[in-house]
Amino acid sequence: MNAAGGAAQLGSPDDSGEPNLLLRIAGLSKQFPGVLALDAVDFELQPGEVHVLFGENGAGKSTLIQVIAGVHQPTKGTLRFRGMPVVLESVHHARTLGISAVFQEFSLVPTLSIEENIFLGAELTNHGFLNKRDLHHRAQDILTRLGFPLRPEQRVQFLSRAQQQMVEIAKAFRTDLSILILDEPTASLTERETERLFTLVEDAKGRGVGIVYITHRMSEIRRIGDRITVLRDGKKVATLGAREVDEDRLLELMTGRVISQVFPRIDYRPGEILLKAEHLTTARGDVRNFSFEVRAGEIVGLAGLVGCGKSEAGRACFGIEKLGSGRVFFRGDDVTEAAPGEMLERGFFYLPPDRRAEGLLMMSSVRENVSLAALRRRPFARFGFLNRVGERARVQELAKEFNLQPRNIERIVEHFSGGNQQKVLLAKALTLPIRLFVLDEPTVGVDVGTRVAIYEFIKALCEKGAGVLLISSDLPEILHLTNRVYILYRGQPRAELTGAQITQDRVLGHFFERKAA
Amino acid sequence: MTSAAASPSSAGAFALRLQHVFVRMGVLPVLLVTAIIVFTLLSDNFLTEQNLTNVARQSTFLTIVAMGQMLALLTGGFDLAVGKTIAITSVIGAMVMSGYIADNPDSSGLAIAVGMLAGFCAGTMVGVVNGIGVAIFNVSPFMMTLGTASISFGIALTLTSGTPVYGMPDEFGSIFGFGVVLGIPAPVIVTIVLFLIMYLMLSWTRMGRYFYAIGGNYKASILSGIRTRFYLFMAYVLCGALAALAGILLTARLETGEANIGASLPLDSIAACVIGGVSLRGGVGRLGSVVLGAIFIGLVQNGMDLAQIQSYLQEVVIGALLIFAVIADQLRQRVLLRLRD
Repeated sequence: MNAAGGAAQLGSPDDSGEPNLLLRIAGLSKQFPGVLALDAVDFELQPGEVHVLFGENGAGKSTLIQVIAGVHQPTKGTLRFRGMPVVLESVHHARTLGISAVFQEFSLVPTLSIEENIFLGAELTNHGFLNKRDLHHRAQDILTRLGFPLRPEQRVQFLSRAQQQMVEIAKAFRTDLSILILDEPTASLTERETERLFTLVEDAKGRGVGIVYITHRMSEIRRIGDRITVLRDGKKVATLGAREVDEDRLLELMTGRVISQVFPRIDYRPGEILLKAEHLTTARGDVRNFSFEVRAGEIVGLAGLVGCGKSEAGRACFGIEKLGSGRVFFRGDDVTEAAPGEMLERGFFYLPPDRRAEGLLMMSSVRENVSLAALRRRPFARFGFLNRVGERARVQELAKEFNLQPRNIERIVEHFSGGNQQKVLLAKALTLPIRLFVLDEPTVGVDVGTRVAIYEFIKALCEKGAGVLLISSDLPEILHLTNRVYILYRGQPRAELTGAQITQDRVLGHFFERKAA
Repeated sequence: MTSAAASPSSAGAFALRLQHVFVRMGVLPVLLVTAIIVFTLLSDNFLTEQNLTNVARQSTFLTIVAMGQMLALLTGGFDLAVGKTIAITSVIGAMVMSGYIADNPDSSGLAIAVGMLAGFCAGTMVGVVNGIGVAIFNVSPFMMTLGTASISFGIALTLTSGTPVYGMPDEFGSIFGFGVVLGIPAPVIVTIVLFLIMYLMLSWTRMGRYFYAIGGNYKASILSGIRTRFYLFMAYVLCGALAALAGILLTARLETGEANIGASLPLDSIAACVIGGVSLRGGVGRLGSVVLGAIFIGLVQNGMDLAQIQSYLQEVVIGALLIFAVIADQLRQRVLLRLRD
């Protein structure tokens, strides 16, 4: 603390000679069971700087900010805060130093009110009793200062995702900040709310706060970024000035490959209509009046911001999201709200975005996972009983086809890497005669190698005449793989682009309320 | 801590092997060996053929109930009503049987059949109600089975006014309670048959696989096209049916219908499963280990009887063992995470 002030020039307690640096991380490694999440990463943050972290899912961005926020303790490496070596023992400890984080996964207690959440862990007390009135006023002050239209006494569980995001941000602004960590904070905000957040960030910059900012969006990097650090597979690849790089260069750094090597060239031959949704409106209102179709032999993209309803639209077609109105047709038959079992029988497969929550039996073997949806069919069943010999043979075949590593189909899924888990999930689709694949965020949390393999898999599906609906928040994926894109904005269709119309500016332009840059 | 590549010293390799065995089998092998050694030292009568046959027969009721309990646990729930299911099976089976024989004194065979069927249906009915509550109305298994336990017990007590039901044909007890075929007690034979059916069901049919899937990941099961509600329902029905069968055998053994039996079975059956490595989170467990778990508990009870430990104190031991097994299960999860390469 004392080193930050005027005594700076004259040598500080350490020999780094950079007392003006807010944070310096050197040789940071973090080992999780089975994964080296961070590998000798260097990182620095100056006061009044927005330092963007860029990289794929699973590149180590989250782990890095969690170390800075005190959630995880590093396995190796050093942290210097304002020139002083520190060991951040807990989130609480980091907060006392003015390091606050807004994570994507909210740390809010849904059954408590906004004010109780903002001061959770730092309750104002008076002789050991809660000082509720003070708490209310201070919470109101923070919300007013931030310009968020929320009442402090509202219960968090009744708030929208965007509103919850605001509460999470308000929580970070509770204390005197020195470092603010924002993990894709605009993902669920409208453009006006986003503008408001950027003003806050500018404001914080002006007061000498250092900001670590995770985003995938070029427009945001251009708008508020000062420097960018690119991570790949847990290693730091480069640190660059935000204004000196273009997107292609960033993508290359991120994936370690030239774009043309990542995305295959696909030959689209649109044929019969497989899936047709008419005036789709979900019961919860996440999707409103959305009509679209997917043909055999094409890859149709479904894009938009997080929370725009793109995932819900896919789920509604598969019959796992309740419909308010509208109809779904599969190869001409009305399948509105049919059960998943029937959809699979008909040849309609849905790949869920969250492997752990909805995709895999983590404690079961690869074999049991792959065969699960097809146990009534040959070669998995015979005379009403399971045919475990046939099952083993077929799953072994699929494991080879997908190059599962390690290729042991009796190993439980929990013990595989994210990329290999995703392969298990995709292999499941090939146990059935599937015509239409709805892939909901198929490359979330997988390494580059698997990503390329998945793109090849999608290409092969399409060229063999299957239809693919690609629901993705990964913009390059949408731009390079699809021949037609629907863009949703707040549950409503915004645009349909085809072929050469699918450019970054045009797609992104429809993501937001008004045309963005 | 001890990484696989650390050193090829035999002690380290042995420790690693032990960890693998622990992860795969749970604490059961350790407990079984310990129990056998301790009780053999405590009593000369423990390790005799006659006593072990005794253990096998005494363990049958718990083994059957534990196999049913395992189904509920596999799907991520449990059944606290198994004890009272046995009570209502016993009371209704005995009443129908003695009522029938009183009206038709000559047809004891038919009386036994009708009575057993009535008891079986009554007990299975408890499972059906549990299944409807859990699978259709999404009542938590805890509340649902606690509720039906109270209801069954209340009905059993009301029907009998709390007194035992006498007057069943003698053959019922002599065949199903005390009968011996080829030197094997009848209840043990029934248990072996049920074990084989359960093995076939769990390992070689879709239903068995789906029980694991539902407990392993409910949402993933839905997305895989499994009719999850139906199979969840079936888990409780089969659990009720198995408890009912245990109730019939127990009634034959006691030669009376009683409302006050089976009180310790919910705890004992869950303990048998957990000691046998069935995960309380669902989706994981092996039938063979569950049977061994039940036999282990029977062994401990028998051994404590021989060692003249009074029955009240035995309750303490069983409770402590259960908690120990749960802690060991947590530890197992942690070792498992560490061993993931």
